[in-house]
Amino acid sequence: MNGFLTLLYKELLRFWKVGFQTVFAPMLSTLLYLLIFSHMLEERVQAYPGVTYTVFLIPGLVIMAMLQNAFANSSSSLIQSIVSGNHIFMLLSPLSYQEIFTAYVLASVVRGLAVGLGIYLITLGFFEIPLYSFAWVFVFALMGTALLGALGIIAGIWAEKFEHLSALQNFIILPLTFLSGVFYTISSLPPFWRGLSYLNPFFYMVDGFRYGFFRTSDVSPYLSLGALAACFLAVSWLTLQMLKTGYKIRR
Amino acid sequence: MTPAIEVRQVYKRFGALHALHGIDLEINTGEFFALLGPNGAGKTTLINIIAGLTLASSGSARVKGHDVVAEYREARRMLGVVPQELVFDPFFTVRETLLFQSGYYGIKKNNGWIDEIIHHLDLADKADTNMRSLSGGMKRRVLVAQALVHKPPVIILDEPTAGVDVELRQALWRFIKQLNRNGHTIVLTTHYLEEAEALCNRVAMLKNGSIVVLESVRNLISNISGHRIRLRLSPDTLPTALQLLAISHDQGYHVLAIEECCQLENVMAALRAAQTQILELQILQPDLEEVFVKIMHSAENLKPVSV
Repeated sequence: MNGFLTLLYKELLRFWKVGFQTVFAPMLSTLLYLLIFSHMLEERVQAYPGVTYTVFLIPGLVIMAMLQNAFANSSSSLIQSIVSGNHIFMLLSPLSYQEIFTAYVLASVVRGLAVGLGIYLITLGFFEIPLYSFAWVFVFALMGTALLGALGIIAGIWAEKFEHLSALQNFIILPLTFLSGVFYTISSLPPFWRGLSYLNPFFYMVDGFRYGFFRTSDVSPYLSLGALAACFLAVSWLTLQMLKTGYKIRR
Repeated sequence: MTPAIEVRQVYKRFGALHALHGIDLEINTGEFFALLGPNGAGKTTLINIIAGLTLASSGSARVKGHDVVAEYREARRMLGVVPQELVFDPFFTVRETLLFQSGYYGIKKNNGWIDEIIHHLDLADKADTNMRSLSGGMKRRVLVAQALVHKPPVIILDEPTAGVDVELRQALWRFIKQLNRNGHTIVLTTHYLEEAEALCNRVAMLKNGSIVVLESVRNLISNISGHRIRLRLSPDTLPTALQLLAISHDQGYHVLAIEECCQLENVMAALRAAQTQILELQILQPDLEEVFVKIMHSAENLKPVSV
């Protein structure tokens, strides 16, 4: 195995060894959301014509779980390594910063997809969920988890202690995902809040992902894809810059 | 021949703190070299710069001729580092840790060599144990093993024997001496000066980010002026004429400091005049510890010595 594949494999093994906590726990909590919200709102809300609220909710919850876990994977792996100091073994090796970046992002993508797929398959046993285009679904799943994986690298390197990381998670990632249209369509919002939602990159991930299932969305999936691609490029560039210059890790 | 390690005019600043102040250092292939100095002298910073863990503010470092920044891949393949801190990844076993470490260097089938290191470092019983459940000494051995997975020609050990029991310390040195005999260049930092004296051929002493001494151990010790003599006398009192030379008096032994060996004549004469009988006499050689203490105390007035 070359250096890059070793690091990728190590990162995959890292979360898989604690899979109960990193894969199954988020699946359970997402299914609880589904249970509660669908029970409360099934009769009262219809987001898209002809789509029950529960079925509308499922893709949103799936992508939300994927994004949160993709972020959690790279950020927690890095901060644990850095706080305990074992990241030096990676830094002492001839691995390039591009290889480090790609391995961490891919591991995040895999964990995100594993969680998302698990939730999807379980809900498929109980509900009839249309699937308009697997390609759109997959592209948005990939882009979203990759973007969050890269953001997780930034967060993991920037955070000096676990408190910083949980602040980021609770005050930025969580609100942005909750307010991205997971639980509602933004067309139901007052104009001001709708306008604000367009500035939230998570909105495009959720909207585009849902388009792949229902062929209906608040904005064109191409616009969503473009917005996401731009975000991903910008975040990747920043992450690569940080890794290249050794920001914080090679002081 | 290309030096194993070459450091040129390396400066390192952390904000207002000057951790390293224009370090120049060349370590030849096959040397057993010690980096000495009090805490905070800059030893670990220098090692980190050579290892690529820290970027120098200015200056350059090379390992086997490869610049640690521009040709980092080649430089890092040439170098194995045993860090000072007991760091480990709690998710994995000893064998997994070593396999991952070789994988990072792109080494595919390394089980033979890994088994050999595991055997030499007496880790065989613990190979499939999670890193978390190892004792401190065992973790230290794994750190050494990790530094060796890619068979680096240059090995740096940052205080490898800090907090390690005597038995392991000796086993570790036997192993490292063996590596040195096989042609590996060894650089170590240690607080145990007798270790440096027993193992190393050359030392650099750092103080406040500068090299204050760079010498072979032999020259360093022979250059230091002054000897000590240890006497047991009957009766057990030092003649007044010799009181000025006295350093200590402990359990019947008087220790005197003399500048030159010929001063011994005067000591003998004074003793004879006082009709004191010499029961025992020893001339003590200065050791590295003494040199170290002397230099660290007077480093302000010392110009860097080069060989």
